[in-house]
Amino acid sequence: MLSYILRRLAVALPTLLLLVVVSFLMMQLAPGGPFTSERPLPPEVLANIEAQYGLDKPLFEQMLRYIGGILVDFDFGPSYRYKDRSVNDIIAAGFPVTLTYGSIAFVLAVVIGVSLGIAAALNHNSWLDYFAVGISIGAQVLPNFVMGPLLVLVFVLALEWLPGGGWNGGKWQHIVLPVIALSTSYMASIARLTRSSMLEVLHMDFIRTARAKGLPSHYIIWRHALKPTLMPLFSYLGPTFVAMVTGSVVIDFYFATGGIGYFFVNSAFNRDYAVMMGITILFGSLTITFNLIVDLLYAWIDPKIRY
Amino acid sequence: MGYLKRSILVSVCTFSLSCSLSFAAGTHPETGEKLAEDQTFTYRILDEHASLDPQLAEDVTGAEVLRDLFEGLYNQDKMGNLVPGVALSHDVSADKTTYTFYLRKDAVWSDGKPVTAHDFVFAWRRLASKELASPYAWFIELMNIENAGAIVKGEKDPKELGVKAIDDHTLQVKLQTALPYFPLMTIHASTFPSPQWAIEAHGKEWTKPGNMVSNGAYVLAEHVPQERSVRVRNEKYWNNDATFIEKVVTLVINDENAAFTRFLAGELDRTKVPTGKFPELKEKYPEETVVFPRLCSYYYNINLSDSAPESLRDKRVRQALAYAVDRKIITQNVTKAGQFPAFTFTPEVTAGFSAPEVPFGKMSQQERDEKARELLVAAGYGKDNPLNLSLLYNSSESHKKIAIAISQMWKQKLGVQTTLANMEWKTFLERRGKQDYEIARAGWCGDYNEASTFLDLMHSQSGYNDSKYNNPDVDRLLKEAKTADNPQENYTRIEQIIAEDMPIIPIYHYTEDYMMRATLKNWPTKNAEQNWYSKDLYKVAE
Amino acid sequence: MRFSLAERFSIFNGWRRTEKDAWTPQELPAGRSLYADARRRFLRNKAAVCSLAVILLVFIFSLVGQMITPWSNEEIDWEIMGSVSDLGKPSLTNGHYFGTDDLGRDLYARVVQGTRISLMVGLVGTLIAVVVGTLYGAISGYVGGRTDNIMMRIVDILQSVPYMFVIILLLVVFGRSVIMLFVGIGLLSWLDMSRIVRGQTLSLKNKEFVEAARASGVPSAVIILRHIIPNLLGIVVVYATLLVPNMILTESFISFLGLGVQEPNTSWGALISEGASSMQYGTLWQLFFPLFFFVISLFSFFFVGDGLRDALDPKDR
Repeated sequence: MLSYILRRLAVALPTLLLLVVVSFLMMQLAPGGPFTSERPLPPEVLANIEAQYGLDKPLFEQMLRYIGGILVDFDFGPSYRYKDRSVNDIIAAGFPVTLTYGSIAFVLAVVIGVSLGIAAALNHNSWLDYFAVGISIGAQVLPNFVMGPLLVLVFVLALEWLPGGGWNGGKWQHIVLPVIALSTSYMASIARLTRSSMLEVLHMDFIRTARAKGLPSHYIIWRHALKPTLMPLFSYLGPTFVAMVTGSVVIDFYFATGGIGYFFVNSAFNRDYAVMMGITILFGSLTITFNLIVDLLYAWIDPKIRY
Repeated sequence: MGYLKRSILVSVCTFSLSCSLSFAAGTHPETGEKLAEDQTFTYRILDEHASLDPQLAEDVTGAEVLRDLFEGLYNQDKMGNLVPGVALSHDVSADKTTYTFYLRKDAVWSDGKPVTAHDFVFAWRRLASKELASPYAWFIELMNIENAGAIVKGEKDPKELGVKAIDDHTLQVKLQTALPYFPLMTIHASTFPSPQWAIEAHGKEWTKPGNMVSNGAYVLAEHVPQERSVRVRNEKYWNNDATFIEKVVTLVINDENAAFTRFLAGELDRTKVPTGKFPELKEKYPEETVVFPRLCSYYYNINLSDSAPESLRDKRVRQALAYAVDRKIITQNVTKAGQFPAFTFTPEVTAGFSAPEVPFGKMSQQERDEKARELLVAAGYGKDNPLNLSLLYNSSESHKKIAIAISQMWKQKLGVQTTLANMEWKTFLERRGKQDYEIARAGWCGDYNEASTFLDLMHSQSGYNDSKYNNPDVDRLLKEAKTADNPQENYTRIEQIIAEDMPIIPIYHYTEDYMMRATLKNWPTKNAEQNWYSKDLYKVAE
Repeated sequence: MRFSLAERFSIFNGWRRTEKDAWTPQELPAGRSLYADARRRFLRNKAAVCSLAVILLVFIFSLVGQMITPWSNEEIDWEIMGSVSDLGKPSLTNGHYFGTDDLGRDLYARVVQGTRISLMVGLVGTLIAVVVGTLYGAISGYVGGRTDNIMMRIVDILQSVPYMFVIILLLVVFGRSVIMLFVGIGLLSWLDMSRIVRGQTLSLKNKEFVEAARASGVPSAVIILRHIIPNLLGIVVVYATLLVPNMILTESFISFLGLGVQEPNTSWGALISEGASSMQYGTLWQLFFPLFFFVISLFSFFFVGDGLRDALDPKDR
C-alpha cells in the first residue's frame, strides 16, 4: 500500500505540471488580456505594464519563471488586476472563507444525506421512503440561485434573524445561510446515491444469505451492507468535497462572502492570469489529493482491490 | 433587524472612541438638524478597487475611496465647482502654460508630517515613470505636462517632468501647450500626493492598513479583499472639525438584487436601484430613491472600417437605423430611471456645453420612423432585399434588454433582421476593438467635465474610436477647439456632422439612481461627475 | 461509440447471465423475453409510468405548444412593456397565458421554446455522460495499473482546468452553434461519472463471475461490456438523473459566455434566473412557470430513473 501511495505521489507532480502548462496556454489563447479594457491603453503605457509583469517575454520563459517562482519561493506572483495584492494574499483571504462554510456544509450534507438515504432504503416503498425521496428531489431541483434569494427573503427580510450576506470575519450569523444554500442540493444527491446503492446491496446474495441465517437486521446492516454501500458514495464525495471547500460561485456572489469561488470567476473574467493559475493549482492539488484518499478508502472497503 | 443594529453600534463604538465624543447626539452647526448618534456610512460596490495607491488606481470605486483617504490640489463642492484642497489658489502665466499653485500650510499627513509641494512632485513623477508602469500614466499625458509623453515612453527621466516645488508650499507646473481645463484635472485621484517615505519603507505593501500614510479626511482601518474595506476619521486632517461621518464601510456585493435586499434589511445606506426597478421602488420608497444625471453616454458603434459590410457604409442605412430607435421607449420602458433620450453624443449636462438641435432630434418619432423607411428604401433594402445585421453586446441584463428592444424596433419598423450576439466582457472588447462586428454596444463616461472628453472619440486617430470613423473636418474642428476661446461653436458643428454621418447611434444619456437612506444628507446629486467626499456627508437622527 | 436501443438491451441480456446465471441454470419461463420482463416490471411501477407520461407531455408541449398562441417568443407587446408588473400578469384575455417577461414578451411562447432547448440539453448531456463516462471509467478500472493511473489523472486535469476558458476558446475557434453547446456540456458531464464507474469496476472485477469469465478466456472488451457495465447500470442510471439538473443549469452559464443559446431564444436556466432575480418585485409568475416545468420534468426524470433501475435489476423482485 505504501508503495502505491508513493507511486501516486510521484505521478501527482507531473500531473500538476501538465495542468499548469495546459491552463497557462489556454488563458493566453483566450481573447483579451488582463489589461484589455473599455478604454484601450495607449501603446506606450501598455508596453510599460507588460514589461513590469514580464508579459513581454516569450511564453516559454514566462512559464518557466512562473513555475520557478512557485518552486523556489512558493510565490504565485502578483495579481494583475488588484495591484496591491499578491496571489498568495488573495488565496489566504478567500480560501479560509470557503473552507469554513464549505466543510460545514459538507459534513451536514453527508450526515443528513447518508442517514436519509439509509433510512429510505431500509424502508423501501414505505411512507418514509417516499418522504425522503420527495424532499431530496425537491432540494435538488431548486437551483441555488433560487434558493439564495428565497432564504434571504425568509430569514433576512421576513424573520429578521440573520444578516443578508457578507462574512464579517466569519461570525456564525454570516455562515448559516451560505451553509444551507450550499448543502441542500449536495445533501439531496448524497441521499439519493446512498439510497439506491443501499438498495442494490441489500438485494445481493450475501445479504440474503445473512438474512436467511437469521442474523439481526442492524447487525447485517452495520457489518455487511454499509461498506459496499459507501463505495459509489466515496467516488462521488471526493470531487464533491473539493468543489464544496473551494466554494460555490453562486453562493460567493449572492452572499458576498469574499470567498475563493468569487475570485475564481472574477479572475477569469478579468483575465487575471496569476490569480487564475493560483486557484487552478489549488483546485488541482486538492482534486489529486482527495482522489488519492478515495482510492485508499476503496481498499479499506474492499480489501480485494488491487491497483 | 434588532441584533443587526446593536452589532453595528457596538462595533462602531469599540472602533473609535470618538463615537461618544465629537458630534454624537449633537446638532448640525449650520442647518441645526439633529445629528444621528451613529455616523457610519455603509455603501455597496459592485467590484473591489484595483488599487489604493493613488498613482495606480484605475477605477471609479478606487477613486471614491482615494478621495476620502487622500486630498489633491483641489476638491469639488456639491455642485461640481472647484474648491480648495491642499492648494488654496493658483496663478496662470500670460501664455497660459505655467500654473503656480499655493498650498495651505496646515495640511499634514496622518503620521504628522506636513504635506508639501515635494509630495506632489514625487507623486506626479511617479505617475509618469516607467518603473511604476501605472495604467493611468496616460492621464499625465492628457494633462499635457511638459515632457510627460517622453517620460512615459521611457525616453526621458521622470525628473524632467514639468513640475517643480518652488518651496515647500508652492508648486509650479509647466504645460506643453495651453489647456483651459487643466485645474479641473487636479481633482483626479492619480494626481493626489503620495508619501515617499512610507512607500520606500513598505514597498508594494504600503497601501495595507497600518502601513498606509494618507492626508485625507480618513485613514484606512481595515481591508478584507472582495468583502469590505473600512476607513475611519483622520484626526490629523486640517479640517477634521468639519467632518461628521466617523466611519465609512465599503461592502463588495456583486448581485444588485442581493444588495437591495440588504439595503431593506438596514445593512446598507446606499446601493444602486436594481436595473429597471426605479419607478416601482420610487412609488414604494419615495424618500429613499434618488436619481440624477450623469456625465455618460450610451450608444451603438457602427463599424465603418474595411471589415464592415457594404450596407453599413451607406450613410442612409446608418441614418435609418438611428432614426428607427424609439429612445422614449428605451428610457421609459426599459431603463426606466429618467435617462435622457440622446440625439447627440455629448450629454446635455456637460459643463459649458449646450446640446445643439440636430435635424432628427426635432422630428416626432412617427416622422423619424417614416423617414427611416424612406431612407432604407432609397438605399435599396426592402422586402425583396432584406437587410441582415448582427448586434454585439457584452452579457448583462440591461444591455440585453436594450438590444432586444432595439432589434425588435428595427424588425417591426424596417424589416431589418438582427442577430443578437452576446459575449463575455473581454471577448467582446477584443471583437469590438478589432472591428470584428457590425453594430456594437458602447458606453462612455467623461474623464472630466468638458465636451472634448466625449467628442475626442470621434477623432480619426483616437484609440477609442471603435467605429473607425474618419472625417477630416471633425479632426480639424477638434484640433481648433483645444485652443479656442469659445469651443462651443466647434462642438456644435461636430455634433451636427455626427448626426449626418451617423458613425454612432446615440441612445441615451445616463442617470444614476440610488436607494439612499433618507437620513443621509448632503449627497452631491448636482455633481454630474459624482465626485463625492464622505467628509461632506452627515446623518441626521430619525 | 453509440448505443442503439437494441445494443443496450443485448447488454441487459448478457448481464442476466452474469452474477446469478453464471452459476445457476436459466430459470425463466420459456417464451417470455427478458426485455418483456423488464418492461412488465417497469409498467408495474406506477410512479415511473406516470413520470414517463409527464415527460412525454412536456415534450409534446414543447413541440406543439406554439400553435395555440398568437405570440412568438421574441415579439414585444409594446402595450405591456414598461408596466409589466401590472399588465404583464398571466391572462387569458390578452393571450399571455403565462404573463410576460420583463420586456413584455410572451412568457408562454418563451417557456415552450426554452423547454425544447433545455430538454435537448439535458438528454444529450446525459447521454454523453452515460456513454463516455461509463466506458471510460469501466476501462480504466478494469485494465487497472498504469493505464488506470494515467486515465484517471487525465480526468483530474480535465476537472481542474478552468472550464470557462475551454468554453471561450470553443467560441473563438468554432463560433456559436447548438452543436458547440453540446460539446461544451459534454466535455464536463462525464468526468464524475467516469470516477464513480471506475470505483465500482475496481470492486466488481474481483468478483467470482468476472474471474470465471476471465479464466475461460473471454476477451477483456467483452467482459467489460457484458459483465462489468451491466452490473453498474443501477448506479449509472441514478447518477445520470442527478446530472440532468446540473446540465440544464450549466447551459445558461455557457450561454452567458456567448457560446450557447442566444436571445431571442431562451432556456429554462435563463428563464428561471431572470425570474429569480425579480422575485422580490412581485412578478412571481416569471419564476413560477419556468420553474414549474423544470421541477416536474426533473421529478419525472428521477422517478423514471428509479423505475428503470428497479426494472433492470434482476435481483429485485
